[in-house]
Amino acid sequence: MAPPDLSNEEIRRYSRHLIMPEVGMGGQRRLKQGSVLLIGTGGLGSPLALYLAAAGVGHIGLVDFDVVDESNLQRQIVHGTSTVGLAKTESARRRLHDLNPLVEVTTYETPITSANALDLMRPYDIIIDGTDNFPTRYLTNDAAVMLGKPNVYGSIFRFEGQVTVFSPKDGGPCYRCLYPEPPPPGLVPSCAEGGVLGVLPGVIGTLQATEAIKLLTGIGEPLIGRLLLYDALEMRFRELKLRRNVNCPVCGDHPTVTELIDYEQFCGIVPEVQTLSSQYEITPVELAALLETPERPFLLDVRNSYEVEIASIEGTDLLIPVDQLAEQINKLDSSVEIVVYCRSGARSGQAVEMLKAAGFRKVKNMVGGVLRWSDEVDPTMAKY
Amino acid sequence: MAITITIPTALRQYAGNNATVALEADTVGALLHGLIEQYPTLGKHIFDSGKLRSFVNVYVGDEDIRYLQGEATPLKDGETVSIIPAIAGGR
Ligand SMILES: [Zn+2]
Repeated sequence: MAPPDLSNEEIRRYSRHLIMPEVGMGGQRRLKQGSVLLIGTGGLGSPLALYLAAAGVGHIGLVDFDVVDESNLQRQIVHGTSTVGLAKTESARRRLHDLNPLVEVTTYETPITSANALDLMRPYDIIIDGTDNFPTRYLTNDAAVMLGKPNVYGSIFRFEGQVTVFSPKDGGPCYRCLYPEPPPPGLVPSCAEGGVLGVLPGVIGTLQATEAIKLLTGIGEPLIGRLLLYDALEMRFRELKLRRNVNCPVCGDHPTVTELIDYEQFCGIVPEVQTLSSQYEITPVELAALLETPERPFLLDVRNSYEVEIASIEGTDLLIPVDQLAEQINKLDSSVEIVVYCRSGARSGQAVEMLKAAGFRKVKNMVGGVLRWSDEVDPTMAKY
Repeated sequence: MAITITIPTALRQYAGNNATVALEADTVGALLHGLIEQYPTLGKHIFDSGKLRSFVNVYVGDEDIRYLQGEATPLKDGETVSIIPAIAGGR
């Protein structure tokens, strides 16, 4: 498909690009045709989103589920004091619209997971990894390799940053070629523990934006097969060679990982398992397994009806808000197994105590509520 | 033969807060073992039961030792060896 033409308004706005022969009309039209998905709208995502929008990248997708906090503003420059408390995706969308209303911004207020990653990435030309944890970095890598899309990678720690472009389809390596396995939890300090120089993600994110713009316009030498290291204290850049590992489980000649896996587990992050679930408690994972069997329990929701609209476990048998339970207790059969749930497990805990006091013995509280169900069973379930 | 080892920010606290350490060694393996002899707590961050950890890469100059001769890679006087661990920060 030929890149779209520029309007007179666009020609005025992008004139400093247009008068450079390396970009020119052709390059600017390719930017307008291009699309980029930013995973994370934080430290790296902020300068990325701003420069990509300013440059006229036609379609920018923003994935984040966090809310703007005052402590973010030390470095996350796409947000502002006026948007503290707002979803980061919405906060960024407003700022980008002000900066350049001619680009389309799509927001996804959700964590990226193995269940949604491929669908989120599929419509975009380039994926940019601006996340802050190992599970999401491996997930982003694997999904981008599977879809054959370049992944512009950047990461930071205190005063130090790394940048490269992973693009196995262009003969380069992927993240797993560089680091086949993640560090076990606790061995590498995170930014939250270690802190970060506020301007550092500005430098690294801007380098990532540069690479994305080069890939979209097709100019220059992409940072494929090279790892750029930046040390802000020494003010030094270095470059190391990266090679594709022919035995890489994802991008190698005979890949063994051909679909997305459980990245929390891969990174050694074990969800807190209730080892000794008491007689009157059941975990979401245990309940999900039980609901698949013929001995499925009676499932009672004790939230309010407006909460059901936000998120509800499929197969729920009855809704009785906890404050009406005493009056409606005759609707329940004490001879069958009953599992009670709510948002967090608190109200359902009360309900279980009430039912026990009324003589029910086969009754269990689903601990952690729909919040934990969303974490451990069904990541598509909305958390509220 | 003096070799310069660059220590990444994340590991400097286990290496006397040094950004670089100079040591004498003729292979990468000997160099790394000399380093953890000097800074024992660094050991478990680089090695796991005697093997280099898979999230820690070692470079001689700009080349990954996995594509040289691993820990047997010979070193020449004045060379720089870099330890590059995976870092994940972005927010
Ligand atoms: Zn690979």
